[in-house]
Amino acid sequence: MSTLQLSVVTPDKTVVSEAVEMCICPGVAGEFGVLPNHVSILSALKIGDLRYRVNGKDEHVFISGGFADMNNNVLSVLAESAEKAADIDEARAKAAKERAEKRLAEKSETVDEVRAQAALQRAVVRLQLARS
Amino acid sequence: MPSLKDVKMKIVGVGKTKQITKAMNMVASAKLRGAQARIEAFRPYAAKYHDVLAELSTKVEGNAHPLLSEHEEKKTCGVILITSDRGLCGSFNGNIIATALKLAKQKESEGMTVKFSCVGRKGRDAVRQAGYEIVSAFADRMGSIDFSLASTVAQELIRGYETLDFDEVWLIYGEFVSMAQQPPKSLCLLPLKTPEADEQAAPAETGPHCEYIYEPKEEQLLAELLPRYVNVQVYRGLLDTSASEHAARMAAMDNATRNCNELINSLTLLYNKTRQASITSELIDIVGGAEALNG
Repeated sequence: MSTLQLSVVTPDKTVVSEAVEMCICPGVAGEFGVLPNHVSILSALKIGDLRYRVNGKDEHVFISGGFADMNNNVLSVLAESAEKAADIDEARAKAAKERAEKRLAEKSETVDEVRAQAALQRAVVRLQLARS
Repeated sequence: MPSLKDVKMKIVGVGKTKQITKAMNMVASAKLRGAQARIEAFRPYAAKYHDVLAELSTKVEGNAHPLLSEHEEKKTCGVILITSDRGLCGSFNGNIIATALKLAKQKESEGMTVKFSCVGRKGRDAVRQAGYEIVSAFADRMGSIDFSLASTVAQELIRGYETLDFDEVWLIYGEFVSMAQQPPKSLCLLPLKTPEADEQAAPAETGPHCEYIYEPKEEQLLAELLPRYVNVQVYRGLLDTSASEHAARMAAMDNATRNCNELINSLTLLYNKTRQASITSELIDIVGGAEALNG
C-alpha cells in the first residue's frame, strides 16, 4: 500500500513523523483529506482534530491552528501547539475551559473576547479528543 | 610582610570563591545542554516555515501585505532587545547592549525616535539608564521562555507597525554560533523581508510547481503566515540568547576558576615563604641567645 510521509511539528518538538495511509486535516475552508500523491497544496488550518491512518488504525492529533503543506508526497503540518490524543492533559484542558468560560461571562473591557473564544475552543476540542 | 594568619585566611577565601565559580560553571553547562536541545527541536519548524514562505512569496506581489511594505515617512523605530536576566557571564550582555545603543544613536541621527521593548533584566536596566523610552519589558522570563512569550513580544510591535506607530522594527539578540562565539546580532524585522528560496535545492526535485493549490487565497494565506513568521524569528532570538548566555557564563566561570587556581598557587608560595622567614628569624634568635649564654 502506498503511503505518504506525515510530519507534525511545533516550535518545541516534532510530534508525529511517520508514513501514513491517509490524513484528514481541519482546514479553514473545511476538512480535507490527503491521500498519497496528493497534488501540492498549502492550506491554513483551524483549531481541530487531525486524523491519520497507520496500518488501518486511526490516530488523532490535536492542532491549535497553523498550516499544512503537501509537496512531493510529504505532508508537513506546522502548528503552534499539537498533542497526540493520548498525551492530552484532560485536567488542564478542563481548567482552561472553565477559565475561558468565566472570562467570556465577565464581558468587561479588559477581556480580549477573540482570545478568550480561541482559548475556549482549544479547550473544548482537547476535551473531546481526550475522551474519545 | 603579611602575617601567616592573614595569608592563610586569604587562601581559604579564594578557595571558597573557586568552589562557587566551579559550581556555576557546571550549572551553566547543564542548562546549556537543555537550551541547545530546544534549538535543535525548533529547527525543523523554522526550516519548514522558511521554505513555505519562500515558496508563497514568489506567487504574490512585493507589497501585498502591510507588514511587507515600507513606510514612506520614518519617524519611530522599535527595537526588541533580548538579553539575559543575570550577570556573571563576561561581556555577553555588554556587547548586546552596546550594539543596541549604537543602532539607537544611528536611528536618532536619521531623525527617528527610538523606543525599546526589552526581554531580560540587564537590557532593560541599561536602556532605562540611557534614557530611552521602554514600551514593554519582560524581566525574569529568560528561565522559562516559550512560544507564547515570543508572540506576546512580537504581537505588540506588529500591531504598532500596522497602526503606523512604528515605522521600523529591529531585533537585537545574542546569536549562538558556537561554544566560544556569541556575537550580538541585529536584524531588521519590519518591514519584513520574505526569505529567499535556496536556489540550488529547489528546482531539481520539485518538478513543475505551478499547480500548487492554495487555501484560502494566496493573499489571505500570507496575512496568516507573515505575523507568525515574526513570532518565529523572535522565538529564535530568545532561544539563541538563552543558549548564548549559558555558553558565555560557562566560559566566564571557567576563566574565573582558573584565575582562582593561579591566585591560590601564588598565595601558597607566599605562605610558605612567610613561614620560612619566620622560622629563620626564630632560629637566629635561638642561636643568638645560645651564643650569648655561652659567651
